[in-house]
Amino acid sequence: MSIQVLKMAWSAIASNKMRSFLTMLGIIIGVIAVVVLVSLVTGASDSITGEIQALGTNLLSVRVLDDNGHPVTLSDLKRFGKENEIGLIAPSLSFGATVKHRSETYEADAVGTTGQYDDIRGIKVKHGRFLKAADINNNSSVVVIGHEIAEELYGKSETVGETLSIGGRSFLIVGVLEESGSMISNDDQTVYLPYTVASRMVKRPNITAFVASPATDDIDSAEEKLNQLLMRQFRQDEDSFILINQSALMDTMNSVTGTLKLLLGGIAAISLMVGGIGIMNIMLVSVTERTREIGIRKAIGATRGNILMQFLVEALMVSLIGGVIGLMISWGILEVISSVAGEKVSFSMSPQVIGLALGFSLMIGVAFGLYPANKASKLHPVEALRYE
Amino acid sequence: MILMNDISKTYIIGGEQVHALKNANLHIGRGEFVSIVGPSGSGKSTLMNIIGCLDAADSGEYILDGLPIGNYSQKQLAGIRSRKIGFVFQGFNLLAKMTAEENVELPLIYQGVKLSERKARVSRALSKVGLSDRSRHRPAELSGGQQQRVAIARALAADPAILLADEPTGNLDSKTGMEIMKLFLELHQNGNTIVLITHDSSIAKLAERRISILDGHVEDAV
Repeated sequence: MSIQVLKMAWSAIASNKMRSFLTMLGIIIGVIAVVVLVSLVTGASDSITGEIQALGTNLLSVRVLDDNGHPVTLSDLKRFGKENEIGLIAPSLSFGATVKHRSETYEADAVGTTGQYDDIRGIKVKHGRFLKAADINNNSSVVVIGHEIAEELYGKSETVGETLSIGGRSFLIVGVLEESGSMISNDDQTVYLPYTVASRMVKRPNITAFVASPATDDIDSAEEKLNQLLMRQFRQDEDSFILINQSALMDTMNSVTGTLKLLLGGIAAISLMVGGIGIMNIMLVSVTERTREIGIRKAIGATRGNILMQFLVEALMVSLIGGVIGLMISWGILEVISSVAGEKVSFSMSPQVIGLALGFSLMIGVAFGLYPANKASKLHPVEALRYE
Repeated sequence: MILMNDISKTYIIGGEQVHALKNANLHIGRGEFVSIVGPSGSGKSTLMNIIGCLDAADSGEYILDGLPIGNYSQKQLAGIRSRKIGFVFQGFNLLAKMTAEENVELPLIYQGVKLSERKARVSRALSKVGLSDRSRHRPAELSGGQQQRVAIARALAADPAILLADEPTGNLDSKTGMEIMKLFLELHQNGNTIVLITHDSSIAKLAERRISILDGHVEDAV
């Protein structure tokens, strides 16, 4: 019986191809809207959270706005770093610098820091080494440069031992970083030099920004501890510094993209709903057109249940075929977008999205097929047979 | 086979009561070939609908093949139709998108007959009406007489207690009509119970027994 029901539904759909296709189109477009939008938001948010993760989620960064006559020095940082909750700590003195090598120049971001900076930030050295404590203590004229600077100035990345000049002062390259490829960090365009050297070059004797990592996975207690220390340092003036917890930033980001996904998915779901109304509309027309057929079937022994199933399965089949076609087209669209967007962002359909789309189109089929099917099943055989 | 006592049916059309059947009494035995004759508007369609369990009477008693039909649900009536009644209509009422074979098979599908048995019964029914070679044709590819034969095969396939034919020759020319009547006579010879409803007395007189109906009164001329 069940195979027969499927066969009947299929032949009804196949006998009116144009109409069936147009009906499916509503579902197809709805499914495409849901799948593509949700996949795009998922892909984009994955790549953004990936970027944030690349900056280091286990990261606390502090900016000093007004030191109130109690400047933070390297020895203060050392003191902070001895606390149990806090792991590594390093100053971060940023400024713009023109880097020169022979006639080539490069506008780079410069960061004056110490030897723990690379571990806090998770920066990887490709050639040579990162800065060392000795470089800071000795005011050594050494730099570690980002991948892009090496490529631009020397046309290669292996440049350890070469020299370059910043602000008329000559520096020896001791390390080259791995390419990060990140869109929101500028590690590739940054030159790192000893904090003591940088501090003197830009004439800023005090630490205005630094980064720290927690000793354990418990970043919140590290944040709390650091906040206590800074409040004491600045005499309880909470406006004199900003403390940012990178993992809290991540949480905020996740909730934003979650909301965005829900919103866009919701809007797309409305179009799926409209597709469902299209199915109901056509099924109602079809019931009226086939009144006589229903009468004949009832006269030769079809029960109400048989007729109900026949029309319901037909609606389900339309919505399900529409859903599958929609998924296939969505896959194609996402492939095209992915290939245009490059390899940094991947827009793929997750199994959940596929399940969601198919489940939703099935639900639409039932919800909007039930009323016409029920109407068909309730037709009185005598009146249905008399219908012209 | 069919026993009706005091069957009445009233319709309300445009606010007016129409007594389609008034205290109709009817008795048709197993293996009989009975014609019910009456002009249009006499209530013969109503009678046919009640005999065929397509409609229920307002009052009275109707026993079909030993089953009192009265308090059955729509679902049960559908089951009774499928097992006890084989309909043959004036307008053939075949499903246009299906082949002859598939049309004949349909009532068996609703009865839940297994595929292998279905195939056997379909080909037996089609050979009884002499259309074995047309089994894969659609109704539009068949003549009127052939279509009616398919309809008769469909009615026979379910092995019904009675064949109920409503003006089976009404849409056919007289020669083809006579061929269909011959088929009915043959089926009667083979033991089928046949009830034929018509307004044409020349067709009606071919039956074993004639019952007249006029203004809702059934005259069972035994």
